[in-house]
Amino acid sequence: MGALDLRGVAKSFGKTPVIKGVDLSVADGEFVVFVGPSGCGKSTLLRMIAGLEDVTTGTVFLDGQDVTNLAPAKRGIAMVFQTYALYPHLTVRDNMGLALKQAGVSRAEIARDVGRASAMLALDPYLDRRPVELSGGQRQRVAIGRAIVRTPRLFLFDEPLSNLDAALRVATRIEIARLHRELGATMIYVTHDQVEAMTLADRIVVLRAGEVEQVGRPMDLYNDPANTFVAGFIGSPRMNFLKGAALGEQADTLGIRPEHLAIARGPGPIPGTVSHVEKLGGETLVYVRTEPHGLLTVRLFGEHDFAVDEAVGLSPDGARAFRFDAAGRRLR
Amino acid sequence: MAARSRPGRSIAAHAILLTYTLIALFPVWIILINSVKSRRAIFGAPLALPTPETWDLVGYTTVLENGDFFGYFLNSLIVTVVSLALVLLFGAMAAFALSEYRFRGNTLMGLYLALGIMIPIRLGTVAILQMMVSAGLVNTLTALILVYTAQGLPLAVFILSEFMRNVSDDLKNAGRMDGLSEYAIFFRLVLPLVRPAMATVAVFTMIPIWNDLWFPLILAPSEETKTITLGSQVFIGQFVTNWNAVLAALSLAILPVLVLYLIFSRQLIRGITAGAVK
Repeated sequence: MGALDLRGVAKSFGKTPVIKGVDLSVADGEFVVFVGPSGCGKSTLLRMIAGLEDVTTGTVFLDGQDVTNLAPAKRGIAMVFQTYALYPHLTVRDNMGLALKQAGVSRAEIARDVGRASAMLALDPYLDRRPVELSGGQRQRVAIGRAIVRTPRLFLFDEPLSNLDAALRVATRIEIARLHRELGATMIYVTHDQVEAMTLADRIVVLRAGEVEQVGRPMDLYNDPANTFVAGFIGSPRMNFLKGAALGEQADTLGIRPEHLAIARGPGPIPGTVSHVEKLGGETLVYVRTEPHGLLTVRLFGEHDFAVDEAVGLSPDGARAFRFDAAGRRLR
Repeated sequence: MAARSRPGRSIAAHAILLTYTLIALFPVWIILINSVKSRRAIFGAPLALPTPETWDLVGYTTVLENGDFFGYFLNSLIVTVVSLALVLLFGAMAAFALSEYRFRGNTLMGLYLALGIMIPIRLGTVAILQMMVSAGLVNTLTALILVYTAQGLPLAVFILSEFMRNVSDDLKNAGRMDGLSEYAIFFRLVLPLVRPAMATVAVFTMIPIWNDLWFPLILAPSEETKTITLGSQVFIGQFVTNWNAVLAALSLAILPVLVLYLIFSRQLIRGITAGAVK
């Protein structure tokens, strides 16, 4: 229960197209992440699935039923918002139970469902508090709990971790992954953070300017990107893009991940000077200024000493390079 | 914080504010002390405090005996409270629609509704009177309520729509996902969050209505519909003015508006609801 089908879904504000026709099928129980830079339309697409934004053309199917013009509350969808969006005047218990109350569920059933969700999220001690009295992480757990209580067909997450600090973000990410395993529900998750996308998703949908660039499992996107945009977006640090002509290649652009670029002191195939070094303990990132490729990133494992302005030579691992044409499309 | 670190500036600021407060309260003070003095003492030494010799409550007794003072009082209260309620209700609803929904002519509608701030309603007095005559509403409180509602709406819509734009979209959307109707979202989620703005609008709307002499004089001068401001005028004659009575009436008229103000200013402070959204 919870298969989603988007067919030619498009939206425009006045004459400006925001979503330019998206076809996507999400299987029951799947965890799909929409990822892309800000302004790519990923949140808008999520809101269209939720029913909070009108669909200009196209159809949204949920379990085979056309829900394009159905009110949000009637779709059996729950949503977790970036800003938590808890009702300030209600206690945690009432926040979580409101949707069921609106749907006319009996008080005993509401109490049972709220209890089950709060146990799942370790929220029992806070049930009688108001949102003001909770920390950011607790508020987001309540927001997730509010979604779970409804036992929806589909969970939507709109950048739920963006307002949390780094440590909480990791903890909550693991929590969400655990919930997905336990509930087995279909989840769609929007983020601009490719690490969240890679770690959570069964499948990633990369969006740019209202269009789907590529859909695939995280490792498929990482190992087999369709174009420079996806290649640059997936993977951290970002992939290096080298000018093919300068390397005597047929391809216009050569994409090489920072870990596939070897560095040596003195001259090399690509000469350059060190512009900055980041030592992270387990790995060292060396930023090298080169002509004509610009600033390239080299990722080394372990600790390495390079001085700023030191002359170095880089050699790309040609076998692991991705080749792209002038339009940024992958050459295979 | 900066003011606290420099005591000199803090003292200066307080001195200015205190001076302003004294200037603002001075006329009220004069009215209050003179309302309990004898007629001779009012003219003899208007700035002096009442002493046992000059103490005289003749003003209050005159006011309470002459004319239906409680009736006037009640009229003022009905007109003010009902107008205020209508202004707040309709103003907030219009502001919500303007800030929340995208529809053709939204900006134009907002400008049209705000136009009333710049054009004084009294310019339309003749037309309003003609309208009220043909609607048979002359000498009714309804006439006053309608006019004051119209007068208060532009500012209310203008201020409240600015505030409502700042209410988190996520919160409203969360309500929609949970099955709240647009009315429930408006009344249960948005209104509590803009309570400080509502209190501000209430204070700004209430005082001109309570103090108004113009429309009661023109639209509802009958004995049954007189408001307190108009009622007090009976003591001001062309040749003789009963100052004791005028001052007493004015002193009494301050009370309810003061009570209403205190209620709303409490809301102003208490209404700042944080924590819904980070």
